[in-house]
Amino acid sequence: MSAPSPDNVISHNRLTRALIYTALILFAVYYLLPLYVMLVNSLKPLEEIRQGGMLNLPQVWTIEPWLQAWSTAQIGVQPTGLRPFFINSILMVVPAVVISTIIGALNGYVLTKWQFRGSNVFFGLLLLSCFIPFQIVLIPMARILGMLGLAGSLWGLILVHVVYGIGFTTLYFRNYYENFPTELVRAAQIDGASFFQIFYRILLPSSGPIIVVSVIWQFTNIWNDFLFGASFSGANTTPMTVALNNLVSSSTGVKEYNVHFAGAILAALPTLIVYIVSGRYFVRGLMSGAVKG
Amino acid sequence: MDSRSRLQELLPKLVLAPSFLIVLVFVYGFIAYTGFLSLTDSRMLPSYNLVGLSNYSKLWALPHWWRAISNLAIFASLYIVICSVLGLALAILLDQKIRAEGILRPIYLYPMALSFIVTGTAWKWFLDPGIGLENTMHLWGWESFAFNWIKDRNYAIYCVVIAAVWQSSGFVMAMFLAGLRGVDNEIIKAAQIDGASTATIYRRIIIPLMRPVFLSAFVVLAHLAIKAYDLVVALTGGGPGQATELPATFMYSYTFTRNQMGIGASSAIIMLVMIFSIIIPYLYSEIRGGKGR
Repeated sequence: MSAPSPDNVISHNRLTRALIYTALILFAVYYLLPLYVMLVNSLKPLEEIRQGGMLNLPQVWTIEPWLQAWSTAQIGVQPTGLRPFFINSILMVVPAVVISTIIGALNGYVLTKWQFRGSNVFFGLLLLSCFIPFQIVLIPMARILGMLGLAGSLWGLILVHVVYGIGFTTLYFRNYYENFPTELVRAAQIDGASFFQIFYRILLPSSGPIIVVSVIWQFTNIWNDFLFGASFSGANTTPMTVALNNLVSSSTGVKEYNVHFAGAILAALPTLIVYIVSGRYFVRGLMSGAVKG
Repeated sequence: MDSRSRLQELLPKLVLAPSFLIVLVFVYGFIAYTGFLSLTDSRMLPSYNLVGLSNYSKLWALPHWWRAISNLAIFASLYIVICSVLGLALAILLDQKIRAEGILRPIYLYPMALSFIVTGTAWKWFLDPGIGLENTMHLWGWESFAFNWIKDRNYAIYCVVIAAVWQSSGFVMAMFLAGLRGVDNEIIKAAQIDGASTATIYRRIIIPLMRPVFLSAFVVLAHLAIKAYDLVVALTGGGPGQATELPATFMYSYTFTRNQMGIGASSAIIMLVMIFSIIIPYLYSEIRGGKGR
């Protein structure tokens, strides 16, 4: 998360250290267990799962459940597998992340380098909007999307995620640009650089880390969203989380646990990969979204 | 030339204007609209026939709503307390110059990157007596082991707590770890010279210094608890019966499946009031505190 800071100065004898390590490893097992259970059972045939022994490695290894979850499992009425929904999620997430990050960057730029009367009030209103329970907007949002002709469409979902994402993206860029030397901006202004030139040439080139934070945060949140997906998507625009829930909770026929697990891992994979590749930035986004207003 | 510089002066406001409008309409306008609907006799569709506060009195007379509120009280208090204790314990253990910290920390934190739907899918199975933990214990020879909370009306809500703690405690650990790394080693050295034991140093010095982290963790966890929706949908679907119903699931079912939009809107307003009464004082003190520094 951060560079190794000075360790604390408390030291322990060997027995205490052994106990500490044991406790830490037990906790690691606790956090890994559900993922492990899903993974090993997604590689077993269904009969083997029914015999019990969820912690055992498969006696017969099979990737059949994965293939089924991806392309043939029954979701809703069609045996399409999760693939079309995975694609829906990508088509929804990419534009929503890009648009909300661009808006957040511009907002942060104005809120720190071009403050005007009332801009702080606006920021306060924006900040507060990050925390509202989304139940409060479901009914009017459904009506507005209907009026705009976007009900059930991918662009409707993108709009929703952009609207409720710019609070966080603005927060990130504002806090980041606040530490950017304002003198540089003023000097460029005197040299005749325009509003957008200053943004492109001076602030943007040093915004790499915060862009990563914002993109990861938005990607994770939008990919994992369920409430908006369940409320506002149509039959052809259902995102992955909603499809997974439909797959797992469909009451018809045999419960194919191995397929459910493969599907759950497929739904988790994109955010998990992002986390493994750039966990440092993920944590930074979490912390600045939560700790510092 | 003059018009150009005027444009430059207006640009910052023009750039902020769309976000301002979006927040005004999609957040505060929508809150007002939902507030208005909560005062009308809207059922399947919005109606503009005002009926005063009768939706609120109906709401608080519903056993179903009381169930949701008392479940929220149980869920939120256990979730906040367990996450804080576990997070602090993990952070303290991890702060003892642990060589494998770089491996352990991401393991504790990865559930935060997952969708609640995925978490729910994994835990639903793990907690299922027929095939999960109970079955495994029986196979291992512990015949009398019984763990069927998820099927039991009186205990199912604790299953939601278990899964939610698994998902969020690593995040709280990260918050405390950042706090612990900020403690001045000189204070600890001074206490050691005075002959204080490690336990005393933690109890009397370090943990009291974590007060701001406790506050942040409380605010974050409380607002997540009030918003909790996806996890219940994926884990129990609100059942058995209404045993794990929370305000968020109540709002959804009253508004969209039971066609009681007026009552659904009033429950959303109650959720908003709960969150704002926690968040607004917090943000206010954070922003004021930030200026004082």
